[in-house]
Amino acid sequence: MVVQSITSTAREAYRNEPEKKVTLYLLVLGFIALLLGTLFGPLQAFNYGGIDLYPFLKPLLKSYYQGLTLHGVLNAIVFTQLFAQALLLYLPAKALGLRPNMTLSWLSWWMAFIGLGTAAIPLFGNQATVLYTFYPPLQGHWAFYVGAAVFVLSSWVTAFTVLGMWLRWKRANPGKVTPLVAYMSVVTWMMWLLASLGLVVEVAVFLIPWSLGLIKGVDPQLTRTLFWFTGHPIVYFWLMPAYVIAYGLMPKQAGGKLFSDPLARLAFLMLLLFSTPVGFHHQFADPGVETNWKFVHTVLTMMVAVPSLLTAFTLAASLENAGRARGGKGLLGWITKLPWDNPSVTAMLLGLISFIPGGAGGLVNASFSLNQVVHNTAWIPGHFHLQVATMVTMAAMGASFWLLPHLTGKPLLGRSYALASVWLWFIGMNLMAFALHWMGLLGVPRRTPIAQLRGEYDGALPFMALNAVSGVILLVAAIFFFYVFFATLLQSKLLPASQVPEVPFAGAVSGPEHNRVAETTERLGLWFVVAIVLVVIAYGVPLVEMFSNINPVPGQKLW
Amino acid sequence: MEKNHRAIETFERLWLLFVLGMLVFFLVVITGMLRTHGGTVPERAERIDATKVRTEGNFANPRVVFEGGRYIAYVQAFAYGYLPAEITVKKGLPVTFYVTSPDVQHGFYVENTNINIQVIPGQVAQVTYTFKRPGVYRIICNEYCGLGHQNMFGKIRVED
Ligand code: HEM
Ligand SMILES: [Cu+2]
Ligand SMILES: [Cu+2]
Repeated sequence: MVVQSITSTAREAYRNEPEKKVTLYLLVLGFIALLLGTLFGPLQAFNYGGIDLYPFLKPLLKSYYQGLTLHGVLNAIVFTQLFAQALLLYLPAKALGLRPNMTLSWLSWWMAFIGLGTAAIPLFGNQATVLYTFYPPLQGHWAFYVGAAVFVLSSWVTAFTVLGMWLRWKRANPGKVTPLVAYMSVVTWMMWLLASLGLVVEVAVFLIPWSLGLIKGVDPQLTRTLFWFTGHPIVYFWLMPAYVIAYGLMPKQAGGKLFSDPLARLAFLMLLLFSTPVGFHHQFADPGVETNWKFVHTVLTMMVAVPSLLTAFTLAASLENAGRARGGKGLLGWITKLPWDNPSVTAMLLGLISFIPGGAGGLVNASFSLNQVVHNTAWIPGHFHLQVATMVTMAAMGASFWLLPHLTGKPLLGRSYALASVWLWFIGMNLMAFALHWMGLLGVPRRTPIAQLRGEYDGALPFMALNAVSGVILLVAAIFFFYVFFATLLQSKLLPASQVPEVPFAGAVSGPEHNRVAETTERLGLWFVVAIVLVVIAYGVPLVEMFSNINPVPGQKLW
Repeated sequence: MEKNHRAIETFERLWLLFVLGMLVFFLVVITGMLRTHGGTVPERAERIDATKVRTEGNFANPRVVFEGGRYIAYVQAFAYGYLPAEITVKKGLPVTFYVTSPDVQHGFYVENTNINIQVIPGQVAQVTYTFKRPGVYRIICNEYCGLGHQNMFGKIRVED
């Protein structure tokens, strides 16, 4: 009787707001991917701590590399994309007060699900142990490439759904400035449509026919270039949902207002323009890219640091606004007054703090000449765990603490576990990142099961010990977090309708009304053309040269 | 509140100026470094047929030659090792490395130097470096290249 009434209220809620259900499905699928992907993390941290647990996993996992492939694909490609699809479908719908096209929304979920399932078979079967960068000539099973393509194309469906919704709004509200959260979501999808072209061409034109035996070889330098065409902006595709939360929601959650709405728009516009024409900063060590073009991308990479540095300022100002509104006094007193007892806010704050050393490291990597020192060393995973595995993932963890109750109408279970999980995640990640950075400077390579070797990297022993410790901390953090997530999701208790959390849209101290910046940034069609022009300038000549000198190499399966 | 807001806007302008200044400074330093230390930036010497690396041309005969006061090393990075397995040079003399792969991508990272090449089949990479200190330098593969990747090392012996 009780159960029946519960399910019928839930069903009613979904009937009134069907976008809630599809968002929940996208979100849960994403966090399931994160759960599976994260399982391998501590094993890798132990490896970099000199402890090899892989022999015990032999029946399930053929090698360190198979686990690392799953870790990279599930975390960095699957989880991040699904979280973006969930958040940046739902938030713009609410901000615009419109319903997304439900057929397309469900189509995107099914494509993601089927693509993921298709790619999972060779991944778990050790037929595509090519890591998440799948550099040719290493050749995975065709099902891996086909599944990956279907999965990525599902994000295009979400992109078109959101763009369609926005155009409907524009037609109904001529001359008005798009609400901030919707604006940021639309910009993110535009950026991604342009940026993902490289990956889609790589997989559809080269890798699928090649893995099916239709063409004999592919050019590894060309496919690498296409990969990194998408591979840098993809990190902004991971990051921008976190920025949407930080600009659009966090100030409200923290008890204040966003300092400047137009500045947020400006930051997103710059990300649209500069995210893509910078991919060569991942190819500084490639012989097949000319030094001058590498330098052009270096300059543009410095430009793409500007929006993040602006973000640091605006968010700090907004947080100070919140802390003072809550009675914070003095130079730093506002910091302690922030709602540190709220796991959702705490997760975002700790993520943002980690983003500071992460960003500084990013500037090092972007500095052409310094990159020679750190390229493909342990420094690199040290760097991006601060960015994607701390800042982005913690933003998502934090969001799930209100979004899951919001979507399901169920109360958050285990609030203190939630709070503990974000602190432990923060501590563990920073510790691991610190250790990996140092090991990188000592020359320890990434993507290497060093625990299988004898004494090759003894110079790094103190830092290896830190890695082992961080592995334990992160394991506990992950267990706490996933306990909270799934216990909340799977319970049958419901909140009274009045207590279901709302979307915490933040107001702004200075709004977009009659603001020149807001009006200029609103002309997204024009800016999209500018973004394309920048890409053509940065990539045109090198890509034409590569496409007219294709030098095919046959595939290899070396695992 | 209004006064506060103005103050923040002033700080914001200053911050933006600082950011731009910092980035320009970095670019200037990078440009300078490329002029003085640009030799270790990998460049393409030529394209090559990866399937013939083992049988034809310079890389079929991996070796170090000494001519005109400088060394030239033709190196094959393969799964899982380097040829020649050991390279011997004298300190203080420039060494130009030509590196390519007959199979998949590899790394060619020389410990305690700025030599760090992404070795790509079909491309011959070129870097030049002068070793200043004698000793044994390991070459480490830092790109995943298959099951034996972690065992892929080479050696450069720099003599006094
Ligand atoms: C419990 C948490 C985690 C731990 C302990 C952990 C640990 C590690 C370690 C030690 C590596 C380096 C492996 C190597 O280079 O051989 C690695 C690689 C990586 N991790 Fe994590 N990680 C965790 C969570 C995450 C999350 C949440 C993400 C992304 C959302 C992520 C993304 C990646 C990626 C993309 C790689 C690179 C894979 C490659 O080189 O192919 N990790 N992880
Ligand atoms: Cu990048
Ligand atoms: Cu290798």
